[in-house]
Amino acid sequence: MSYSGTALGLRMPRGVTARRVVRVLLFALVVVIFVGPFWTLVATAFSGADFKLGQVAVWPSRPTLNNLGQAWQLGVGRGLLNSVIVVVVALTLQLTVSTLAAYALARKRFRGAGIVLLVIMATLMMPEEIIAIPTYLVLGKIANPFTDGSLINSYGGLILPLVGWALPIYVLTGFMKTIPVQLEEAARIDGAGDISIFFRIILPLCGPALGTCAVFGFLMIWDQYLLPLLVAQTPDLYTLNLVVTSLQNSQELTEGVRLAAALVLLIPSVLVYLLLQRFFTRGLLAGALK
Amino acid sequence: MGILIDEAPVTIAARPRTGRRRRQGWRARLSPWLFLAPALLAIGVFKFWPTVWGAYLSFFNVRPYLGNLWLGTANFTRALADPDLRSAVLHTGIDTVTALCLSMLIGFGLALLLEGPAQHLRFLRTAVFLPVVTAMVVVAELWGTLLFPGQYGSVNGLLGDVGLGPYPFLSSPHSALASVIAIQVWKSAPYDMLIFVAGLAGIDRELYEAAAIDGASAWQRLRTITLPGLRPITTIVLTLGVIRGLRVFTEIYVLTSGGPAGSTQTVITYAYSAGVQSNDLGYASAIATMLLVVTVVVTCLLRWWRNRVEAR
Repeated sequence: MSYSGTALGLRMPRGVTARRVVRVLLFALVVVIFVGPFWTLVATAFSGADFKLGQVAVWPSRPTLNNLGQAWQLGVGRGLLNSVIVVVVALTLQLTVSTLAAYALARKRFRGAGIVLLVIMATLMMPEEIIAIPTYLVLGKIANPFTDGSLINSYGGLILPLVGWALPIYVLTGFMKTIPVQLEEAARIDGAGDISIFFRIILPLCGPALGTCAVFGFLMIWDQYLLPLLVAQTPDLYTLNLVVTSLQNSQELTEGVRLAAALVLLIPSVLVYLLLQRFFTRGLLAGALK
Repeated sequence: MGILIDEAPVTIAARPRTGRRRRQGWRARLSPWLFLAPALLAIGVFKFWPTVWGAYLSFFNVRPYLGNLWLGTANFTRALADPDLRSAVLHTGIDTVTALCLSMLIGFGLALLLEGPAQHLRFLRTAVFLPVVTAMVVVAELWGTLLFPGQYGSVNGLLGDVGLGPYPFLSSPHSALASVIAIQVWKSAPYDMLIFVAGLAGIDRELYEAAAIDGASAWQRLRTITLPGLRPITTIVLTLGVIRGLRVFTEIYVLTSGGPAGSTQTVITYAYSAGVQSNDLGYASAIATMLLVVTVVVTCLLRWWRNRVEAR
């Protein structure tokens, strides 16, 4: 007899069609529930038909790009630019800072290492949303070097609070510990210092872990809402998240335009996920620290 | 906090000869701190300073430009007697526990259904995972549209086809919180699924075969092999779910702003409206500080419990 194993070790003889039909039906149900809504979003965003409030398309009727164009003029373009600026700069800083810290934690023995680790991990108990209002007050006290004001209503205010994050430090530290010490020893005998060892030996080997951190960092930064809501006070600094929700308040807009704006916000994160999917699972379990 | 990083680094790079080491002693001692400095600066300024500053401001009436007024513990006594805050705490509790349980159950069901190395299962897992990587704002916009209360709302239309509804969903105080929870579960269940899938993959398949030979039923195998094998990973899912629940803000702010009639007000949306809309930043800081204390206590309790489970 031939079997197909499943999660529970339930083994089903191939011949039993009833069970297979049930399984296929369950698959279909799951896809309808979890993917169906995205499909209606895309279909409605590209539909030219006039929908009643709350109505969505299952298939684009009178396909058009007008919704997208209209959304673009209502600030989606500027929002996308701001979001891309924030995500590129914040992610670069986050990864740089985390890699440097992880190198010290994974490779150096020094007095106070345990306490540093504890301090970094303690931040996992301070979710951004919970300390958002005090963060906003702190940003108001830090002078902005480029203007007279504070970091409120500036790119610095949108970016800097996202730089220090325990998750990538943790993932990278764990990964660097698995790199054989012999490589480093050989370089040190040749007279290489910490900095050249870090750049020439450790960093090039950290690719997979950096991939993991990049995916998680991107999604975390792309999802920011309360921080920009507090920090960005003029529309020219609105991130895409804020633009999309501000369209909600204009009653005269059709569902198509609002969902087209949401689509622009959706696409980058889906692309990042699909392209860097192989890095995902490692971070998922590390993310469980949160 | 044993699980955080497995152990202190045992191996040190190279052992320089003693003479060289003495000469470079201070540099060697300084070097790790130079590598750590940027991260510690970022965390110190934007995590610890706000925490401490928020706790400090909790004792003041915060008045920008006018100078802060010392209130003692007035903000805290006010919070304890505030009926709106009390209902916000209640909603946060209901939201956290319900969303957590449903998301674990559905995530576990999905994991059982979609676990396995086959190509089509992997494809399905990728598809089902989409809600997790989607920004919460998109999720809120999308479901806000789909759950439109009238008979033209898509979900109501589907329910109408089978003779149900129309339901008011987010627009009625009786169903708004439940609707928000359903949306949260839609986004978080696939996350739990993927963690459970990783857990299921770690269970020894031979145990199932042995049990099958002994004539154990599917239910017995689930109870005696699968669930005990998943216990460590379940503690992870729980910890994640609790923190997810305590920090909930975006979906509620976007979908209902805490309404209708305050029925979806949670602690953070309430702190936001107290601080930003009513301009009472001292009171908002007091609420945030108390929520932070609760979060820290709950996280430590869960971690203690997790260590116990893992030690077993």
